[in-house]
Amino acid sequence: MRAKRILYLLLREAGIGLALVLLALVFAAAAPRFASVANVTNILTQISINTVIAVGMTFVILLGGIDLSVGSVLALATIVGGLIITSETLSPGVAILLSVAGSTLVGSLCGLFNGVVCERWKIHSFIVTLGMLNIARGAALQISNSRTIFSFPDSFNEVGAATIFGVPIIFLMALGIVLAGRFILNRTVFGRLIYAIGNNEEAVRLSGHAPSLYKVAAFTLCGGMVGLAAIMYMMRLNIASPILGVGFELNAIAAVVIGGTSMSGGKGSMMGTLLGASIMGVLSNGLLLLGMGDFARQMVTGLIIVVAVIIDKYRAQALMRSSFQLEPVRPGEGKGDRGSP
Amino acid sequence: MRSPPPLRAGKQLGALGNASPPDIIEFQGTTKRFPGVLALDRVDLAIRRGEVHVLVGQNGAGKSTLVKLLCGLFAPDQGRILLEGEPYAPRSTLAAIRAGIRVVFQEFNLLPYLTVAENIFFQRLPRRAGLVDFGRLFRDAEAMLDQVGLEISPRARVETLGVAQMQLLEIAKALSTQSKVLILDEPTATLTPPEIHRLFEIIARLKARGVTIVYISHRLQEVFDVGDRITVLRNGRRVETLSAGDASIPRIVKLMVGKEMGEEYPFQPGIQVGAEILRVEDLRPRGRQHAVSFALHRGELLGVAGLVGSGRTEAMRALFGADARESGRIYRNGQEVPIRRPRDAVQRGICLLTEDRKAQGLILAMPCYANVTITNLGRVSRAGLLDGGAERTATQELVDELHIQTPSVEQLVGNLSGGNQQKTVIAKWLFRRSEVLIFDEPTRGIDVGARFEIYQLLWRLAAAGKGILIVSSDLPELMGICHRILVFSNGRITGDLPRDQFSQERILACAYHEYVQGRPRAGSSGAPAPG
Repeated sequence: MRAKRILYLLLREAGIGLALVLLALVFAAAAPRFASVANVTNILTQISINTVIAVGMTFVILLGGIDLSVGSVLALATIVGGLIITSETLSPGVAILLSVAGSTLVGSLCGLFNGVVCERWKIHSFIVTLGMLNIARGAALQISNSRTIFSFPDSFNEVGAATIFGVPIIFLMALGIVLAGRFILNRTVFGRLIYAIGNNEEAVRLSGHAPSLYKVAAFTLCGGMVGLAAIMYMMRLNIASPILGVGFELNAIAAVVIGGTSMSGGKGSMMGTLLGASIMGVLSNGLLLLGMGDFARQMVTGLIIVVAVIIDKYRAQALMRSSFQLEPVRPGEGKGDRGSP
Repeated sequence: MRSPPPLRAGKQLGALGNASPPDIIEFQGTTKRFPGVLALDRVDLAIRRGEVHVLVGQNGAGKSTLVKLLCGLFAPDQGRILLEGEPYAPRSTLAAIRAGIRVVFQEFNLLPYLTVAENIFFQRLPRRAGLVDFGRLFRDAEAMLDQVGLEISPRARVETLGVAQMQLLEIAKALSTQSKVLILDEPTATLTPPEIHRLFEIIARLKARGVTIVYISHRLQEVFDVGDRITVLRNGRRVETLSAGDASIPRIVKLMVGKEMGEEYPFQPGIQVGAEILRVEDLRPRGRQHAVSFALHRGELLGVAGLVGSGRTEAMRALFGADARESGRIYRNGQEVPIRRPRDAVQRGICLLTEDRKAQGLILAMPCYANVTITNLGRVSRAGLLDGGAERTATQELVDELHIQTPSVEQLVGNLSGGNQQKTVIAKWLFRRSEVLIFDEPTRGIDVGARFEIYQLLWRLAAAGKGILIVSSDLPELMGICHRILVFSNGRITGDLPRDQFSQERILACAYHEYVQGRPRAGSSGAPAPG
């Protein structure tokens, strides 16, 4: 049974992992600088922010929803975090702590708003979060007077550039968040119900649960992740700005979908999301090293997203076929042998 | 998908046969294999022109596979199919329809947001100057609806129809193309007796027009009402083909299961009915004119009969909190309990096993254990963390207890057969330790063997002191297993019959009671008019 499970997991995850390895090999062969320690560190730094946002997005997409507001909310969270951290009345240590809390709180509140409006009035999250996209961006510009905030404490800025054995600390944070997300999805009651609701909300309701509660929680969690991503982004850039994060929602959605999560909900995994974000990062970096211009890179990235989803579709069909063999369990072959003679 | 066998032999045979052969469809050594399962095993079967040929067999016997070969969803691995003497290998359902073979599936293929008329003529809407000719469309649709005796507006949107109306609409849709062969898969599963009667009239009319009908049903009585010949399938093999005159229900059942079945309904009069476990007073579902009141006792099997659309299901759903209600008080063990949502009912030990298992009862893409434990995740978790081992152990116990046939508790529920899916739904509510179980059509679409097991299970639950409500359209079933039967008629309860007063005539009289005075009110669609 265990061997079978591992095989299944390999099939489910390997497709995308394999693509990542192949992609990396191709770039390593074509661009000598690609495989250097400095470049790998660079890639890991670059994918960290998108990975954290994509973790939150995975929860929402697993429920069949979508969150278009993450980029704007990220900007708003950096502004709130930035204002707190640069406050002159606080000592740097306290300021950093309060900044992390404030940023996460703002993100969570935006997510809570998204979730509550979607569920209370049964409006599709596409529209609600499209509204929040504008609300949060406007709020960020308003609060900051459309100015960039900088001169953060040195200790804060240093974390963004620090590495351990060439691995950026910021990436380790992202990895930790991925693992936490994976734990929540696979091991908790909350995660189980996320999958269940994504698959069949009515069945979950009739089983005695309140799906709305979990959906609101998922949006809130997604917002909280964006708040954390905002802090990490501030560590990296050493600034907070109301114009950060434009288009981040699309990168996060792309990472989730390339990672094999179904847009209609109910199917997907955190590790897939990490791999999806990695593929996007490797692709962008590799093409740059090959000397491809920004515009061409954007076209190729878009194409890869579409191709990835097409490939995933075929993989899903192959999996369906392989599990189909168990379909009609004949009398006498299954448990309890009351079969025909 | 494998490619269908080549058409090489076609021309030669076609040249031979000017006189049309007596067999319109012939399976010759047809074999269909799925990974690990032999779905059809060298089946030879001839269907005569113009006959009503009934296919019976347990779930997994190969009926559906036969149908899917005919309608172009699968191609056989070995053997071949002849249509009017010529090799027949449709590459798609459209090709099958063009060849004159049309299937009405058990699951509906309707477009809910389009009108009835558009659904009937979807594939070839009448056009004028490139635009849809709606005048003609609605006129033509009206004629098709007349043919199946469906009294609805062709302009109605399909989502507003009842299940029975959708079934008749599917048939109307199939009739709209000039089909040589019409395949009906469980057409009566959702129909009431008068509707079934009408369906049989339609079948007779089609037969008179020379249409060949392949009819699949779990209701064995119908086999004699409608069939000319009967083919019994078992484990992918054709066991026997008999003419309706030579067959009897015990004989068919014996052929289907390969052994004697014993008594079909296991009524056990020994079980004592105890104290009141549930009382419902003045319950009026939203959109209904009338309220109902009734009580259920420990150890009691209370049947709920009535025509489709008589408000049976609505009352049960309102009681469970699945749908809103206008009024009503619910008492558990004598104490009034507030039930506004399913969660409230579940917490008070009440559960509803819905009519539509796949859409409302189960999460098909999730494993067996996840479907079972979802009703009470608190039992297999601590501080919000799931205990995977406990989940699997608890599920395995229920799988063993209910004889759910599954390779393991990890199996996706969607891969189980209908009967085992239904048992999984029961398992999930036993996991919750529910005291009041409301079953809506528990044996719909389930084969005879599994049905028998479910009856026995109901009895075991009753003996354990649970209260059980069973909504069913199958009167012999209700009469066979229940202590008492409530009869719904147009939203009211018109009969409360103890076991010694059970008779089909009596129950039907009650069921039609509210319809005899005048036409049913709006909102009770699906119920037949008197006469």
